[in-house]
This record gives sequence, structure tokens and C-alpha cells, in this order.
Amino acid sequence: MTTATDVHGGVSAARGFPLAAVRGLALALVSLPGAVVCFVTAVVSVALIPVGVGIVTTPYVLRGVRAFADLRRVLAAEWGGVRIPRVYKRLPEDANPWARTFGMLGDPATWRDLLWLLVDMTAGFVTAVLTAALLVYPLEGFVVAAGLWRVLPDPWWYGFVPVSGQATALAAGALALALLLAGHVTAVRLLRAHFLLARAVLAPGAGELAERVRVLTETRRDAVDASAAELRRIERDLHDGAQARLVAVGMDLGTIEALVEKDPARARELLARARQSSAEALTELRELVRGIHPPVLAERGLGDAVRALALRLPVATEVSVSLSGRAEAPVESAAYFAVSEVLANAVKHSGADRIWVDVHHAEGRLRITVTDNGRGGAVVGAGSGLAGVERRLGTFDGVLAVSSPAGGPTLVTVEIPCASS
Amino acid sequence: MRVVLAEDLFLLRDGLVRLLEAHGFEIAAAVGSGPELTRALAEEEPDVAVVDVRLPPTQTDEGLQCALQARRRRPGLPVLVLSQHVEQLYARELLADGDGGVGYLLKDRVFDAEQFTDAVRRVAAGGTAMDPQVIQQLLARRSAQDRPLERLTPREREVLELMAQGRTNAAIAARLVVTERAVAKHTANIFAKLGLEVSDDDNRRVLAVLAYLDHGR
Repeated sequence: MTTATDVHGGVSAARGFPLAAVRGLALALVSLPGAVVCFVTAVVSVALIPVGVGIVTTPYVLRGVRAFADLRRVLAAEWGGVRIPRVYKRLPEDANPWARTFGMLGDPATWRDLLWLLVDMTAGFVTAVLTAALLVYPLEGFVVAAGLWRVLPDPWWYGFVPVSGQATALAAGALALALLLAGHVTAVRLLRAHFLLARAVLAPGAGELAERVRVLTETRRDAVDASAAELRRIERDLHDGAQARLVAVGMDLGTIEALVEKDPARARELLARARQSSAEALTELRELVRGIHPPVLAERGLGDAVRALALRLPVATEVSVSLSGRAEAPVESAAYFAVSEVLANAVKHSGADRIWVDVHHAEGRLRITVTDNGRGGAVVGAGSGLAGVERRLGTFDGVLAVSSPAGGPTLVTVEIPCASS
Repeated sequence: MRVVLAEDLFLLRDGLVRLLEAHGFEIAAAVGSGPELTRALAEEEPDVAVVDVRLPPTQTDEGLQCALQARRRRPGLPVLVLSQHVEQLYARELLADGDGGVGYLLKDRVFDAEQFTDAVRRVAAGGTAMDPQVIQQLLARRSAQDRPLERLTPREREVLELMAQGRTNAAIAARLVVTERAVAKHTANIFAKLGLEVSDDDNRRVLAVLAYLDHGR
């Protein structure tokens, strides 16, 4: 369900450079001392295990290391748009120091943390410092070129330029400009590289797999629960509805058979009733079928099914569809019922008088947005219809996003990864 | 009157054949799939086609598509479409060409043989037969957004509903147990309130009302 947001658009290169430089500086200031302190204490603490002291200290020290790594995870997500999964083994709350220490040391994530500390204090530090230097060093060059060279010792080395007079000072200025331009182009990427480096060391393939297994287990349980509940509902509806009515029809027909000679008038009356019952049974079956798999969806696919749905709403609804082919039937069905629930929600709660639905398929994802001009304030809370939608979409790795500020408008986005045939 | 019938379920097809024959229709062809229907419509030139929406081999809306195609080749070819469910979307597509001679009914309507055969005859004569459910859905939707509809009296609303289904003044009068003159008065009132142009032609009148309900003026 979680997808790493790899591209963090937002910040333009022009505004991004100074920001990246400041962030790089902050990272450099934190990473080198932080990593060194963490690493040294960790090594010392582990070394002290045979003496006994280490047994007590190691859990605390390693927890400190994790906190330090967590800070980087947060910054990676916020500053670089790089998501680093956090997969530490969980230890029982009441574990004794011994079990705690060896439990943590047995966790591969711990060793990745320690390895990362080494990488962070070297390569990580360099990438961070470089990001900052690309802004600071050109500034020095400009100041030197602007006249500071007169009071500096002769020759003053700026990069590879020995500044000793006006001409060389200007050369230094040119070099500074070139560096500044280079920084403009690379700084944001360099900062990102710092976080990608951290991810490469901290995030294990196996960890992602474990996370995936957890999510799959959860969504599978939801799917099984939902389909069991659905079957129960269908069984109940059939039992109390169509089935009962057909029994009544059968009984009436039996009575009619007996009455047709003796009391034709009464038989005709019963015939009318039997016909009425069978018509009602049909109506109920029709509603039931619509709830299981809407006929339009089977006949026409998602686009027209959503159009037909919109035509049934009491609120003016515009539907635009851009689909090249049909998605797999289960995905279509999940998408249809998600839209249906979102639309029902909008009609019931938003007070909107216009709704817009957009259905399209792009980059391997089916994406549906429902916008209304109502009063907003919709939430994916426990027990709300939207929470149910989110759960059911989970089976398909789909996501539901709701943006609904008080006062509106409400924008609900449903996204399901799928291939379109 | 010659009928081409397309329905894939044998029991229903057989039942429909017997019902129509009992009411004096001649079955030119009774088929069970889309391609067969297309061929029968081309070869038999029937007075009316009675078609199930869902047909093999695709089991999608093949019957509807065949009917629409046949009407493109032969504009105004009377087609009565039957379905287990009614959708405004399909009704709109059937009515889109404005040629008339279109019906769209739930299969349940077959229960009432008189009304059903009446609908087939009406469609064959170039009239319209819309399922009451389609009309009710249209009315429910329009009422939520429309002022003129609110000004109709309950009786006028009833007349409007029956009129939109494609019934003539005589049929409406019989159904509501009033005189034809009373119905004509109601119709005039309805058209005035909705701001529609009055037409003597029954079918034009129905199409105008349906267009109004579907899109507004």
C-alpha cells in the first residue's frame, strides 16, 4: 500500500539551491559528530558485553543509534522525498537486558545501522558538505574578486587560481561563477544523493519483502472478511426475498389448480396475486444482482457503468472517461463500487449541487477523481463508508485520498494499479 | 405483422414466440445470438424486432448494438429492446436518432400480455414504448433540479408519466378512467407549464417530453 515517493517535485531548482545548501550544511554539522559519537559508543558498549556492563548499556546505546537513523529517515522523506523503510524486529516489552541486548544484536537492521554510521561519517558527510560548499565557496570567490584580494596574503589560492593581482582576482571571480552555476544544477540532486546513499545502506530488500508480506496478510484478511459478509448478505436477501416469494407463488398456483373449477372468480384473484408476487421477486433479484455485479459493468465496462451510475444520481454529475481498454473484471468491480460509495457519500453529506467524475488510466494505474462543490469536511474515519472503500481497495493495492477542507470543495481520488487490456 | 425475435434463453424465446403468435403476430425468425440477429434483420425485413439486450457470443450488450446498427442502415426500423434491467444510458442511445419506433422495456412487462403486445404494436407503428422505470428515474432526477416540474399537479404528473412511456391520449384516458378530453386538457397544461411546443403528432409529443426530461430545455 505504501509506495516510495521518489520524485519530490515541489521545490524548483532556483529556490532549491540555497535551501539545499543550508540543509546540506545542517546535515554535515549533524552527521559527522553524530555518526562518530554513535559509532564509538556502540562499539565500546558492545566491547564491554563480556565484562557485563555492555549488557545493560547496549540496548540504550542501540536505541540512540536508531533514533539518530530515524531522524535521517524523517529528513530524507521531507527534504529529499526519499522514503527509507523502518524495519526493526519488535522485542517483547518485558524482555530482560540480556534478551534485549542479544535480540537487538541479532537483528540485521542493527548491523545495517552501524554500517550506515560509517558511511554517514564519510561519504554521507562529503555529499552534505559539498552541497553547502557549492554555495559558500563561490561567495568567497566573489568577495575576493571584489577587492578582498588586496588585503590577503600574496598569492591567495582560490581553487587552482593563485590570486595576486586584478587579473587573477577576476579569474577567481569567473571560477566562482562557474562553481555557482554547477551548484545551481547539481545541489538539489547532490542532497538527494545523500539520502539515496542512506537508503541504499539502511533499507534492505528483505525488509521491504517483510513489510509487503504484512500488508498482504492484512488485506487478504480484509478481503476474506468482506466477501464472507457479502455472501451472508446475499444469502439472507435471497432467503427472505425472492425465495420466499417463489414459495408463495407455488402455493397460490396449487390453490388455483384446486379452485379453477369450483370458484373461477377466486382463482382469477389468486392468479393476479401470483403474478404480482413473481414480479416482486424479479424486482428484488434485480436489485440484488445490481449489488453483486451491476449489469452495465458486465455489458459495457467501467466507463459506461460510471456514466449510468451518474444518470441515477439526483445531483447533476459530469463524467469524463479516458480508458483505452478494459481492466480486469475484479479491478473494474472494485473501482465501480468505490466510485459508487464515494458518490453516495457526496450526495448524502456534501450538500453539493454539482459533481465531477474523471476516470482515466495512465502509467499502469487506474485513477478516478470525484470532485464536488459541497461543504467539505469529509473524513476517512472509523465506520464511515470511505473507510470501507479504503479497506476494499487495499486488496488491489489501491489507495484512497480525500481532500476535503471545511467549506469545500471535496476531492476524492481512487487509484488502483492495473494493466489495461 | 412480422416479428424478428432475438433472445438467447430457450425458455424465454419459446415463451415469447407462443405469446406473440397467440396475439396474432407472425414470427419471421426467432434467433439466439447477435450475428444471427443481424442476418435475420437484413434478410427478413420485419415490421418490428424484439431484442434482448444481452446476447451471445460476447454476452455484453450485443443485442442493443445490433439493433442500433440495423437502425443506422435502415432508419426508423422499429425495435423493441427487452432487458433484465433498465438504464437511462441505453434509453438515451436508443432515442438519440429521433426517428421513433423505439421501445425499451423490462422483461417483466411480458407478464401483462395485453400491455406488452400493445407496446410491440405501438413501436411497429413508429411510436415509443419506454419502461415506467426509466420514466420514474428520469422524473426523480429532473425533479431534484427543475422548477417547472414542481408546478405540475399530481394528476398532471401522472399523465406526464404515462405520456412519456409512449401512450396515446386514448390509452391514458382508459388507464386513468377519465375522458379523452380531460387528458387532452391535462396535456395542454403540461406543455404550457414546461414551455414545450404543442404537437398534434403523438410520437413527436412523446419524444419532446422525453428530451425535456432527459436534458431540460
